[in-house]
Amino acid sequence: MNMKLTLKIWRQSKPDKKDAKGNFTPGGGKMETYALNEVSPDMSFLEMLDVLNEKLVKEDKEPVAFDHDCREGICGMCSMYINGQPHGPDRGITTCQLHMRSFKDGDTIYIEPWRAKAFPVIKDLMVDRSAFDRIIQAGGYVSVNTGVNVDANEIPIGKGIADKAFDAATCIGCGACVAACKNASAMLFVAAKVSQLALLPQGKPERKARVEKMVAQMDEEGFGACTNTGACSAECPKGISLEHIARMNREYFGAKLTSERV
Amino acid sequence: MSANPTAVKQKPNWLIEMLGSTIGRKLMMALTGLFLILFLAIHLAGNLQLLVPDEGRTFNEYAEFMGHNKLIQIVSILNFAFIIIHIVVSIILTRYNRTARPVAYAYNRASANSSWASRNMIWLGMILLIFLVLHLINFWAKSKFGPIEEVVYEGRTYHDLYAIVKMEFANPLIVGVYVLAMAGLAYHLLHGFQSAFQTFGVNHVKYTPIIQSFGLLFSILVPLLFAAIPIVMYVQSLL
Repeated sequence: MNMKLTLKIWRQSKPDKKDAKGNFTPGGGKMETYALNEVSPDMSFLEMLDVLNEKLVKEDKEPVAFDHDCREGICGMCSMYINGQPHGPDRGITTCQLHMRSFKDGDTIYIEPWRAKAFPVIKDLMVDRSAFDRIIQAGGYVSVNTGVNVDANEIPIGKGIADKAFDAATCIGCGACVAACKNASAMLFVAAKVSQLALLPQGKPERKARVEKMVAQMDEEGFGACTNTGACSAECPKGISLEHIARMNREYFGAKLTSERV
Repeated sequence: MSANPTAVKQKPNWLIEMLGSTIGRKLMMALTGLFLILFLAIHLAGNLQLLVPDEGRTFNEYAEFMGHNKLIQIVSILNFAFIIIHIVVSIILTRYNRTARPVAYAYNRASANSSWASRNMIWLGMILLIFLVLHLINFWAKSKFGPIEEVVYEGRTYHDLYAIVKMEFANPLIVGVYVLAMAGLAYHLLHGFQSAFQTFGVNHVKYTPIIQSFGLLFSILVPLLFAAIPIVMYVQSLL
């Protein structure tokens, strides 16, 4: 049975502006209402938007701009705030894995972009998440010399540690944590990377400098502070635990108190 | 001396940098908050002596001891300092956090992913601040600056603070304000207690369940016992 839906979608033609000093100027936009009939419950949420866009193009109207890439829940590109929650009402999935069977015939669905000063809207539902890239560039890596490949299992890593590091490494950098947080804080994202590398022996040499630089960059980008509400972890499509934020805090205090950087 | 070509912009002192970071500000909230939790427990232990049925002798003797003990006086100054830091940093943080989302969502279902108390700490805190001001006017100011009756136990003179409390808690309006404020305290603690440990970085399969259970017990029991004092004393005033 096909469904009839009312969509309320954020439309914004001019991008938000953020200057070097961190001053934010909203590009301005508004929620527009669209009626969409013939929505199959088997469609994914993005396919439903594809149908809407085809309809808009046929009517000679501007289609809705939204981010997407792999459409199989692993790339972290799709980013929509659906009915008041990042990636919609279902837990543990990205927007592309949300299906229309999660909605009822006659539903009204609100679709908005991630809202954060550090994620300026480019157009409609697309936001600029390069702040995340700059945080990773600040220290979210291990420096490796080029040359002969090292055997994969040369450094023994305990199963428990490997599992924890892997849990943190499942972060796809979609930004749902920032979108869900009442303070638009990026703590869960930064914590996942700090935690993953702090747990593993390969990350140990740069451990202190990494957390100091990544936290400094996080603050520089204008993300808010953590209130420990747990919204980030609850909405994370990969279910990354708050335990990683606690680990990052330990890493941060430890690094600040003991590193040679004064 | 020639300029160092690799010299970078002077960073602030590491400690200031740490405390000024978003994580450092939270550390200040957690440290001061945990101290205030300790204060609550001690304050409650002291105040429960109001309910000892000896016309306030136990309480007055206790108050006299607290008022003249040098260590207690130092701790009480620290306590005021920590309350002020807790308030000032919370306001700075809240204002900062508001700027992190300049455009609000049209539709936000925050209740789907977080507790009411965790999202409203600043407002719960404001209730407690208003209560604190009233509380200080009611008792602290009167005990320090107001005219106080004196009582004599075994030849020693004591300020009759019990009489002030008895008089205040005979007023149902004041009792109502106290009980409501304690409900606010309960919700503030419900999030604050376990949140402080998370901020310190204490999150562990062995300890976090204990912290959470104890936090829940503390958040309910302490405000409940605090609220019981004005209620019991009001009932006593009717008898």
